[in-house]
Amino acid sequence: MKKKIMIAGFGGQGVMSIGKSLVEAGMEEGLEVSWVPSYGPEMRGGTANCSVTLSDRPVAAPVFSRCTELIAMNYPSLLKFAPTVDPEGIIFINSSIITEDFDRPDVTIYRVPCDDIARGLGNVKCANMVMLGAVIAATGAVSKETVEKMIHHIFSGPKAKLADLNIAALSAGMDSVAV
Amino acid sequence: MAKELWKGNEAIAEAAIRAGCDCFFGYPITPQNEIPEYMSLHMPQHGKVFVQAESEVAAINMVYGAAAAGKRAMTSSSSPGISLKQEGISYIAGAELPAVIINMSRGGPGLGTIQASQADYFQSTRGGGNGDYRTMVLAPQSIQEAVDLVQDAFDLADKYRNPVLILADGMIGQMMEPIEWKQRPSVELPPKDWAATGRHGREKNNFVTSLRIDAPDCELHNVHIQSKYDRMAEEELRYETIGCDGQEPEIILASYGTTARICWSAINRLERKYGIKAGLFRPITLFPFPYDQLHQIASRPGVKAVISVEMSQGQMVDDVKLAVNGAAPVHFFGRAGGSIPTVDEVADFAASVVKGGAGK
Amino acid sequence: MKPVYVKSKGLQDTELHYCPGCSHGIVHKLIAETLEELNIIDTSVLICPVGCGVFAGNYLACDAVEAAHGRAPAVATGIKRTCPDQPVFTYQGDGDLASIGIAEIVHAAMRGEKFTTIFINNGIYGMTGGQMAPTTLIGQKATTAPLGRQKELHGEPIRMCEMLSSLGGLVYAERVCVADVPHIIKAKRAIKKAFTKQLNNEGFTFVEVLAACPTNWAMTTRKANEWVLGPMAEYYPLGVIKEV
Repeated sequence: MKKKIMIAGFGGQGVMSIGKSLVEAGMEEGLEVSWVPSYGPEMRGGTANCSVTLSDRPVAAPVFSRCTELIAMNYPSLLKFAPTVDPEGIIFINSSIITEDFDRPDVTIYRVPCDDIARGLGNVKCANMVMLGAVIAATGAVSKETVEKMIHHIFSGPKAKLADLNIAALSAGMDSVAV
Repeated sequence: MAKELWKGNEAIAEAAIRAGCDCFFGYPITPQNEIPEYMSLHMPQHGKVFVQAESEVAAINMVYGAAAAGKRAMTSSSSPGISLKQEGISYIAGAELPAVIINMSRGGPGLGTIQASQADYFQSTRGGGNGDYRTMVLAPQSIQEAVDLVQDAFDLADKYRNPVLILADGMIGQMMEPIEWKQRPSVELPPKDWAATGRHGREKNNFVTSLRIDAPDCELHNVHIQSKYDRMAEEELRYETIGCDGQEPEIILASYGTTARICWSAINRLERKYGIKAGLFRPITLFPFPYDQLHQIASRPGVKAVISVEMSQGQMVDDVKLAVNGAAPVHFFGRAGGSIPTVDEVADFAASVVKGGAGK
Repeated sequence: MKPVYVKSKGLQDTELHYCPGCSHGIVHKLIAETLEELNIIDTSVLICPVGCGVFAGNYLACDAVEAAHGRAPAVATGIKRTCPDQPVFTYQGDGDLASIGIAEIVHAAMRGEKFTTIFINNGIYGMTGGQMAPTTLIGQKATTAPLGRQKELHGEPIRMCEMLSSLGGLVYAERVCVADVPHIIKAKRAIKKAFTKQLNNEGFTFVEVLAACPTNWAMTTRKANEWVLGPMAEYYPLGVIKEV
C-alpha cells in the first residue's frame, strides 16, 4: 500500500493539520509516513499545501509530481493539482467552497460540503475534520479509532469539549461519503 | 523505543540538546527559523545558553568564543547567512576549535529563493572561507539521519578540533517524519586542555588563535591541519548504496540528501518502466568524499555510466568525476534555483543515458 | 634589599613588539596591575583584536583568545554567557571597534553583556600603516586621507563613549589617556573600576583610552603626547561619560 496524498487550500482551512493527522495516525498504525509542507511567502499569500505519503515500505521520495489522492479545499487548488492525480485516483472536493463544475472521468470524485456540515455542528473551524472523515472513509488509509484516539490526545484537559466536536465532525464526514 | 513525529528543524535542535550542546547562537533566516525558535525556548530550560545575535557574523563569532572556552557550541543558518559565517568558520578551523554548523540550504546566488537547493556543495566541501582548510560535511537524507548525524557531529568536532557542517536543505528542515531517539554510546574524546578557561594554576596561559605570523610556523600549522583531513578520510567515510551489491546495475546514480531520496524512487521507476537495473551511491560524508568506494562501484563490469543527480547546476559532479576517474562515463542531471527534480525526470534521463542518447 | 618596583605578575616575561612611544605598553601594564590587584590573573580571559594589539595574548599572563577583525565583543559574548563566573575583557583598537566591529560592540553594549572593553583610540590604523580610522580627527593626515580628513568627504569622527552611553546595557563609560603620569593614574583607576563593576555583575563596562601613535602620526613621543592632550582631548573629552 502506498498513498501519495496532496492536500491543498487557503491558509486557515486547516490544510496542514489534515496532513498531520493522517501521518500521525499512519505512524500510530505502523505505516511509514512523511509530511512535506509548502513554506515561505506562498504561505503568506494565502495558499497552502502539503504532500503526505503513507506506505507499508520506507518512503523514498517524500515529494511527488503525481498523487494518488487530492484533497482540494478551494478552487485554485483543484485547478492546480487535479491534472496530477493518477488515473483511478480520488479527488476530494470541498463543495461548500468549490461550486464550479469539475469532472475527470478516470478518477473517483467525492464532493463533501465540509463547511456546511461543520457549520451545522456549530463550528465552521472543524470543516477540515469533516474532510478528514471523508478521506479515511473513502480510502481506508487509517482507521477511525486511531484518529479518534489522536483527537482525544490533542484535545485533552480544558480543551476536552473540542474533542467531542472534532469527533462529531469526523463522523459526519465519514457519513457524507457513501462507500 | 516508540517513534515520534518531528519536524526536521525542531528535531535537529532537540538532537543538539541531547548531544550536550552548551550554547546556541543564531540569527533568523528562512527556512531554518524553527531551529533558533526551538532553542530559544528549550536551551534555557536545560540551563543552557541561547543568544539571538545581531548578525550571522556575530553568531559564528559567539560560537568561536564559546568553543574557545571549551564548550559545545552550535549555530544554524541558510545559504546567504552561511556565506556570512565563512569568516568565522575559517577562524574556527585555523584556531582548531570544535563547532557544529547547520546549513538548511536554499537556492542562490544572492538572495535567491527560500526553496530547497544543493547549490552550496562547493562552498561546503572546499572550505568556504580563506585559507587551506575544510569543514567535515555531513549530508542527511531524512529526519532520522539528520538527528543521528547532529549528535555524531559534536563528537566528530571534538575529536578533530574542527568545524563540522550539516548540509541539509529547506525540505529536510520543513518536513515531518517519524524518528526514534536512540541510546548513544558515550565516545571517549580528547581533553580540552587547550581551552581558554582561565589558567586556574596552569603554568602558562592558553592563547587560542589562528595567527601564525612566521611563515615556516604557519606552514607547519597547515601541514598539521591537513593531516587531520587525511585521518578523517581514513576513519570517517560514510556512504550508502542501494541496488549495487549482488545485483548488476547498468547505471549508477550518485546523489546526496534530498535528491538521493528522489533517486531511490527513480531506481524503482527505471526497473518498472524501462527494465533498467540502476544502483544508487549516496555519500553521507561529502568531505571527506568516498572517492575509492564510488570508483570501485563504477569500475564493475556492466556499469555503463554514472550520473550525478543534484539540485544545482553541477557541483558534486566534480567529485564524482574525480572518483570515477575514467572508469565509466560521468553524466550530470540537475535542477537548480529551488526546483526539486521529479522521479520521472531522473528516471527518463537515466534511461536516455543507458540507451546512449544523452551526452555530456 | 627591598625592591621599589617590580613588574606585574599580570604580564608575561617577554619583549613587547610595540614602537617606541606607543601607548599600548602602558595600557597593558595598567591592565596587568589591575588583574593582579583584583586577583583575577588566573581566572580572566582576554579577547585580542586584529591590529597592533593582536599579540596581546603573548604579553598578558591570563588566558586569551584571538578574534577576527572587529568580532571581539561577539567572541566575548560567547565566552561570558557560557562561563559567567569568569572575568572576560576585550582589548580593541579604533579600526577594530569603531569601524569593522561597530555592530558587535553596539549590540554587546545593548544586551548589557557583563564583560569589559578597553578601547584604544589613537585615531589611526597602526598595524596596516597609518590609514584613516573612524576616529581620525578633521584635518589629520592618514595614508588613505593624504590631504587630511575632510568633513564633507569622510564625515566627522565617532565619539564611541558617548554613542554607546545611550544604551541601557552600558553601566560605565570613561574616557582616559596615558599621556602623562597624572593621566596614567586616572586611567588605572578607570580600568580597575570597570573590572570591579564586571565582578559585581553590573553590566557592560567600557574604558576608552586616547593613545599615542608616534610612528604613524610622524611625531616624536613628546609631540604625540601633546597631540593627545591637545586636539584629541578637545574633540574627545576626558572623564566619566556615563556611570549608573
